[in-house]
Amino acid sequence: MDKVISPKEAAGMVNDGDTLLVGGFGLSGSPLSLIDEIVEADVKNLTVVSNNLGEEGRGLGRLLKKKQLKKAIGSFFTTNREAVRAWADKELEIELIPQGTLAESLRAGGAGIPAYYTRTAVGTDLAEGKEERSFEGEKYILEKAIKGEVSLVKAVKADKLGNLYYHKTAMNFNPEVATAGNIVIAEVDEIVEPGEISPGDIHTPHLYVDYLVVNDRYVKEGGRYVEKNA
Amino acid sequence: MLKEERVQIAKRVAEEFETGDIINLGVGIPTMIPDFLGGKEVYLHSENGLLGIGPTPPEEEIDMDLISASKQPITMSPGASLFSSSDSFAMIRGSHVDAAVLGALQVDETGRLANWAVPGKSILGVGGAMDLVAGAKKIILSLTHQSKDGTPKLVAELTYPNSGLRKADMVVTEKGVFRFIDETMYLVEIDENITVEELRKITDAHFEVSSDLKTMNQ
Repeated sequence: MDKVISPKEAAGMVNDGDTLLVGGFGLSGSPLSLIDEIVEADVKNLTVVSNNLGEEGRGLGRLLKKKQLKKAIGSFFTTNREAVRAWADKELEIELIPQGTLAESLRAGGAGIPAYYTRTAVGTDLAEGKEERSFEGEKYILEKAIKGEVSLVKAVKADKLGNLYYHKTAMNFNPEVATAGNIVIAEVDEIVEPGEISPGDIHTPHLYVDYLVVNDRYVKEGGRYVEKNA
Repeated sequence: MLKEERVQIAKRVAEEFETGDIINLGVGIPTMIPDFLGGKEVYLHSENGLLGIGPTPPEEEIDMDLISASKQPITMSPGASLFSSSDSFAMIRGSHVDAAVLGALQVDETGRLANWAVPGKSILGVGGAMDLVAGAKKIILSLTHQSKDGTPKLVAELTYPNSGLRKADMVVTEKGVFRFIDETMYLVEIDENITVEELRKITDAHFEVSSDLKTMNQ
């Protein structure tokens, strides 16, 4: 099965009202080409699950700017001032969850675990309304798994089967996100033949990945991804 | 705050570590600590997926695929490892990290802390703060003794939203070092330019003075 599709075909798989799970830590390891394609596809009322909403006008910040987002779920939004403004103007719902809970809930979502207990956030405002239970004398709260219609991840390299290799800390949430979506689309800089990535170097095995898209909009210059022709 | 005060805090926190420790450093003053470790070999954990942060790279070697949790370019020290966010937080939440050095907006006299939200402002960023508070083996707070307008940060009771049930083990400010024993705050070291009486005036929290009080950074 050929998993390689065009960015436009990939964006066509996202529907109004979908929940998108998106890898990346800020712009690092963020599927920038796929996001831009979804901006152009003009789908609406999206819920995005990602650690941040990119930066102002960059990465996921573009979906926000174009008012395609209904809700954002993640751990840190204050670095994108437009997200703060949109939230204050009631144009964007925000659900704040601790970073470790975000990662673990995505992991659980992909691993068939509906919910789990954690000590993180017990006794804080972020635990409001969550079931509390004690184990061996310590308090925990129940956190639910996160799943979504479409997962968007970024890897530096894939083979044609869909095995993924991430580059350094650009890995971040991508491996978890790649397990938790109904449709999983990976944006990569390079596609190689099966066998060319050493089996021990494969971070996300191909069974998680449905489609591959080659990053056609960004090139790496001076250690940073910049827009081609920008 | 003056650079020398920040240095004083960072230097003092650095003394707490031993060779082999796994440490997670928060943003702000904690990022200065590696400069003061002397010959001690510690391993710096970054919650975005790295154990073994190395020195800051020169401009021509910057790779934004290799960044700290503060999104600053970093390098990897020999023996560094890379992993995903859920693995990274399993290390934190599973108490495999020896110490977290965190900033704080307030700490109360029993060691409870607030470091993620200000009342009346939008609550839109928590990051890994609550995970570190809940899971690190030791919590060290590094903060200035007062806010810019002189309001004490060491308080009798928190007025800011707390970061968890877990309490800090130690507080280092430019004025002194405090440790918590059985939920009581003890002053164990004091800056040479201030007396205990003067320190009480700028500290809202009640603290006991250790019978073995020392001068800070000497």
